[in-house]
Amino acid sequence: MNTLIAISGLGILSLIAEIFNARKAIVPMTIIGLLAILGLTASEFGLDKGYYNNMVVVDKFSSAFSCLFIIITIFLVAMSHDFYKNQSTKISDFVAIKVFLLAGAVAMVSFGNLSMFFLGIEVLSIALYILAASNRLNLKSNEAGMKYFLMGSFASGIILFGICLVYGATGSFDLKAIYQVIHYSNFPQWYFIGIVLLLIGMLFKIATVPFHFWAPDVYEGSPALTTATMSSLAKIVAMAALFRLVVKLLPVQSYSFQVIIVCVAIASMLVGNIMALRQNNVKRMFAFSGISHAGFMVMTLLCLNNAASVLLYYAAAYAVAGIAFFAVVIYVTREKQNETIDSFNGFGKTHPLLAGILTASLLSMAGIPILAGFFAKFFLLNQLIQTGWIVLVIVAVIASIISVGYYFKIILALYTKDSEQNLPAVPLAYQIVAVLALLLNILIGLFPGYVLNLLG
Amino acid sequence: MDNILQEIGMENYIYLSVILFCIGVFGVLYRRNAIIMFMSIEIMLNAVNLLFVAFSTYHQDAQGQVFVFFSMAVAAAEVAVGLAILVSIFRNLNSIDIDNLKNLKG
Repeated sequence: MNTLIAISGLGILSLIAEIFNARKAIVPMTIIGLLAILGLTASEFGLDKGYYNNMVVVDKFSSAFSCLFIIITIFLVAMSHDFYKNQSTKISDFVAIKVFLLAGAVAMVSFGNLSMFFLGIEVLSIALYILAASNRLNLKSNEAGMKYFLMGSFASGIILFGICLVYGATGSFDLKAIYQVIHYSNFPQWYFIGIVLLLIGMLFKIATVPFHFWAPDVYEGSPALTTATMSSLAKIVAMAALFRLVVKLLPVQSYSFQVIIVCVAIASMLVGNIMALRQNNVKRMFAFSGISHAGFMVMTLLCLNNAASVLLYYAAAYAVAGIAFFAVVIYVTREKQNETIDSFNGFGKTHPLLAGILTASLLSMAGIPILAGFFAKFFLLNQLIQTGWIVLVIVAVIASIISVGYYFKIILALYTKDSEQNLPAVPLAYQIVAVLALLLNILIGLFPGYVLNLLG
Repeated sequence: MDNILQEIGMENYIYLSVILFCIGVFGVLYRRNAIIMFMSIEIMLNAVNLLFVAFSTYHQDAQGQVFVFFSMAVAAAEVAVGLAILVSIFRNLNSIDIDNLKNLKG
C-alpha cells in the first residue's frame, strides 16, 4: 500500500518539477525516489496484510513482483534522458507517465478486490497507449498507437464483461468473499464464463497465440524505449496479474481448463519462434520472441501451487535480458529510419563491450547456461514434468532449439560482417544500464536460490 | 426497484446486455471508420455498465453501482487518449479510415 502511494506521489512530483524549471533534475530525482521506494517495498517483505477493506492486499507475491517492476522501471527511466533529447521540453511528461505506469503495475499484482485490478490494468494500458503514440510526427508511431489502443480497449471491454459475470454469480468483488462463495455454497455455472472472458482479455494483454496479432505491428511502430517497456514490463505485469487471478478465482482447475492452457502454450511457442525466423526487423523479431516467451510463462498456470517462484524467476530473467538487449538496440538504431539486422553489421569490431552484452542477452533468451535464461527454462520444465504434461516439455525444448536460429542471425551479423557506418560516441546512460542489467542477469543465474526461495 | 426487476426478469437484463455487447464487438470488427469503432467500444463498456447496475439491484448490494462510476471514469480517460491519437493521425494522413494504416507489415 505504501509502495502504491509513494509511486503515485513520485509521479506527481516529477510533473511539478517541470513547473519549477528543474528539467535536468527530473531523471536523477526519479531514480533516487524509485530506489527509496524499492527499499521501502523490500523492507515490507513478508508482511501479509490488507488495506482499505481488502482493496489492496500486500503479501509475499505482491512485494516480490513489485520489487522486480521497480528495478525494471529504474532502468527504463535511466535511459529516458538521452532517448528523449530531441523532445527535452517534454521529459517530465515521459518520466511521469512511466512512473504512473509503474503504479498501475503495482496495483495489478497487489489487488484484493476486482475493482482495484480493473483500475490497475487501465492505468497501465492508458499509459502505454500514450507512450506508443508519443512520437506524434511519425506515422508509424501513430499507427502503432492506434492499433494498440483499439486492441487494448477491446480487451478491456472483454475483461470488464468477465468481471461483471463473476460479480453477478457471486455477489461481490472482494476476492475473499468470492472464495467463500465458490467453496461453500451453490453458485451459477456461468461464473466460469466470466473466468473464461477474464482469461481471454488477459491473454490479449500478454500477447499469446491466438490473441497475438497486434503485437508485431505495435512493437515495430512504437519508439524503441516504449517497445522495451511493453516487452519487458507490461508483459510480465500482465502475466503476474493473470497468475494471481487464477490462483484466487479458480483454485481447483478442471481438465478442460488445463487443455486450453496447454494448447495456448504450444501454439505460442511454435508460432512465435517460427515466425521470428523470417523477420528482418529487430523489434519485430523481438515481438515474436516475446510471444514465445509468453507461451513459456503461461505454462506456470498448470502447476499453481508451487510455480509462483518459478514465474518470478522466469519473469526476472526475461525482463532483465530484454532491458540489456534494448539498451544496445536503442543506441545502434536511434539515428536510423528502421531497425533491420544489417544495422548491426560489424558492430562487434567497433564496440566490443556493447556487442558482447548484446550477445550475452540473446544467449540468455535462447537458454544457454551460466545466464539466467537457461535456469529459468530448466526450473520451469522441471516443474512441468511433475505435473505430467510431457508433450508440453518436448514442444518447449524443440521451440528453444528453433529460437537459437534467429538469435544467432543477429550474433552472426555482429561478428562476421563488415560495415563502414560511423556511430556517434556511446552515451554513458546506455552503457551503465546495459552493464548493470547483464550483471543482474548473470547474478540471478549464478545464485538462483535467492530468487526461488523468496516465495517459498 | 425490486418490483420492476421481478416484473421484467433478471434474465432479460442479461439478454439485453449481451446483445448490446455483441453489437459493440461486431462494430469494432466490421466497421472501418475510427470514430465508429470508438463508439462501438463505448457501447461494449456501457452494455457491461447496464449489467452491473442490474446485478447490483438483484443482489441488493451497492458495490456494483460504485464500480460503474469507476468504469465510466476509465472509459472517459481511454477515449480522451484515443481521440488524441486520432487527431495526430488525421494531421498526418488527412483521413480517419483505418484501412489507410498499412505501414506496418511483415
